[in-house]
Amino acid sequence: MQREMTGAEMVLQALRDNGVEHVFGYPGGAVLPIYDELIQQDDIQHILVRHEQGAGHAAEGYARSTGKAGVALVTSGPGATNMVTALTDAMLDSIPMVCITGQVPTNLVGSDAFQECDTVGITRPCTKHNWLVKDVKDLPRVLHEAFYVATSGRPGPVVVDIPKDVQFATGTYEKAQTNPSAHKSYRPQLKGEMTAIRAAVELMSKAKRPVFYTGGGVVNSGPAASQLLRELVDLTGFPLTSTLMGLGAYPASGEQWLGMLGMHGTYEANMAMHDCDLMICIGARFDDRITGRLDKFSPNSTKIHVDIDPSSINKIVHVDLPIVGDVAHVLEDMVRIWRASSFRSQPELKGWQTQISKWRARDCLSYSENNDVIMPQYALQRLNAAIKGRKDVYISTEVGQHQMWAAQYLGFESPNHWLTSGGFGTMGYGLPAAIGAQVAHPDALCINVAGDASILMNIQEMSTAVQHGLAPKTFILNNSYMGMVRQWQQLLHGNRLSHSYTDSLPDFVKLAEAYGGKGIRVTKPAELDDAIQEMIEAPGPVLFDCRVAQLTNCFPMIPSGKAHNEMLLPDEATDEAVANAIDTAGKSLV
Amino acid sequence: MNAQKTDALSAYFLAETSDVQETHTLSIIVDNEPGVLARVIGLFSGRGYNIDSLSVSETEHEKHVSRITIVTTGTPQVIEQIRHQLDRLVPVHIVRDLTVAAKHTSQEKPLERELALIKVRGEGEKRLEALRLSDAFKATVIDATVEHFVFEITGRTNKIDQFIEILSPLGLVEVSRTGVAALARGGQALKDLHDEI
Repeated sequence: MQREMTGAEMVLQALRDNGVEHVFGYPGGAVLPIYDELIQQDDIQHILVRHEQGAGHAAEGYARSTGKAGVALVTSGPGATNMVTALTDAMLDSIPMVCITGQVPTNLVGSDAFQECDTVGITRPCTKHNWLVKDVKDLPRVLHEAFYVATSGRPGPVVVDIPKDVQFATGTYEKAQTNPSAHKSYRPQLKGEMTAIRAAVELMSKAKRPVFYTGGGVVNSGPAASQLLRELVDLTGFPLTSTLMGLGAYPASGEQWLGMLGMHGTYEANMAMHDCDLMICIGARFDDRITGRLDKFSPNSTKIHVDIDPSSINKIVHVDLPIVGDVAHVLEDMVRIWRASSFRSQPELKGWQTQISKWRARDCLSYSENNDVIMPQYALQRLNAAIKGRKDVYISTEVGQHQMWAAQYLGFESPNHWLTSGGFGTMGYGLPAAIGAQVAHPDALCINVAGDASILMNIQEMSTAVQHGLAPKTFILNNSYMGMVRQWQQLLHGNRLSHSYTDSLPDFVKLAEAYGGKGIRVTKPAELDDAIQEMIEAPGPVLFDCRVAQLTNCFPMIPSGKAHNEMLLPDEATDEAVANAIDTAGKSLV
Repeated sequence: MNAQKTDALSAYFLAETSDVQETHTLSIIVDNEPGVLARVIGLFSGRGYNIDSLSVSETEHEKHVSRITIVTTGTPQVIEQIRHQLDRLVPVHIVRDLTVAAKHTSQEKPLERELALIKVRGEGEKRLEALRLSDAFKATVIDATVEHFVFEITGRTNKIDQFIEILSPLGLVEVSRTGVAALARGGQALKDLHDEI
């Protein structure tokens, strides 16, 4: 198809041709021509946010819950810079996102014009790629390329910066080339090398203490990858742990599930990582929150690493057998080769399973229950009970203690249902992300597990939810503290709680009502179940103010500078143990 | 990258398998588009890699591609990271580590040349000495008055370093250097070089 049209029309046509149905955005001077096209069509629905950062996180939530690229549209200058946090967040968590920014007209670029900033310069390190389109004839190609780059290989955010005169200019629109993989310089490797995959299966067939360590790459690779992972786990009988980003790829109810690993991972997961003889890392990147003390990280294991990004391999931890390729492609080969070789899981695995059962019996997620005060863990267990069995539940989180508790106590059964800011740790992510998921799944139950501090960072998006008839439920574990900051101050700084207590918190019930939503407050454990039900059944957005014990710490924990087998478990975490958990060297770490 | 080994207590101090610093020459073929050099340089500054020398120019006009030559220093692990990080950039066509490729064919180094323009001002014996030395280094005089010379010299980096050092007591005024241009020895094109470590 070739047609003459303006740059602004091209934007809409390219979105349509790339399967876009929803755009999250905020208008402004430099994108008015695109907004003028938006209102004259019905194919693409625009969700008006209240802050550009909200548009970015909503696009991320949309992308994470659908596997499609999330699209954001903002104006130049402050519109673009407000997007920077969301772009960086998407970059660290490999979330496909296409962000279109308006720019001052080309003849004003570089003149410090009103609402001008060097958008491509500012976003260069926080995008997978970005473009400033100075000529309308390049616009269709760049837009199609933007979608291809964002969604292929290791996904990530891209920015297309379009000066206002280019939006007005007329040019010839063309559809994307049928073969986008003919890109002249960017060709991600999907298929893993067969000799390496065979060698990996061979190692797996001989392992005595194996463990799968999986990450967000499995989710990014699509539903087939999760299916194949489950198949491979069933075939091999190997235990599996996952990073925060990978939760749901293997079901929490699965027989081999060890729970999440890392700083706030389970005892059994971290001990298995430490003691294993074969680690099969699939789509994870040995983040510092996962490895703990590096020179004591899984000292006696052979390590296999499957990743689509060659730069992830040997970046932090030296691996013995790297396999560059897409997770689904590699898993498919692994399953096929395992089947063809008719390997059986080794009888020696029995000993390993017994050992794991012993670690499990340690019950590392136990906590002291309380009849008068709601324990945050208890609140999440009740929430989990209320949503159990429902397939249409999407959970997002903000960042902090509540996020770790959500990861620990909510069971995830399928991929793409868990939306959290893992790599970048962005407070304020959860509400807009839940809105994004709700836009993609209007009939689903979208719950944002939040803290009282985080929720205030993008609370304005309640207004977005009300305007668009979306009903995300925000479940606030309200302890009046920045809980994780307070916990670290207790661990590191002699419990001097410098500015981590929030005085004058708003009345969340009245705040919800002010926005046109519903507010619920619960202070007693016995009231929880009914109130949670009320929240779930509410037709509109809810702020659920769950007043929890104020000084609860998030355990288990690998203190900074410690190894996987040096966890601080809740039943051992006396005040003294907490105060001395981190040594001098560990104190300089974040 | 810091090679702090002794108090490596966390992910922030990579447990280096080797802390030997090596100097490598990388050749990078990129699309000649706006901002491409900023992407490459930004990657180095953002991730804390070193740039010892950098040169860039369009090399194939019809294909619209440029060649960037970077000399960098780091541990083998860091050098490998740099190679992969560069390859990850969308407008990068080819990255090759010429130093590794040279080792694969049992050579110490790839072909490397640098050009420098050097201005010297002086009188009498010092002036004559500068001219004699330029002859010994096969530098040519490209500008002169009775009180100054501008020499042009081409060669390996250490030859130029040496020439500049010798000239410094002889009235050295200023120096302009191009940075290293490099090719692998032998008949193979860049894309066919074997540079896996």
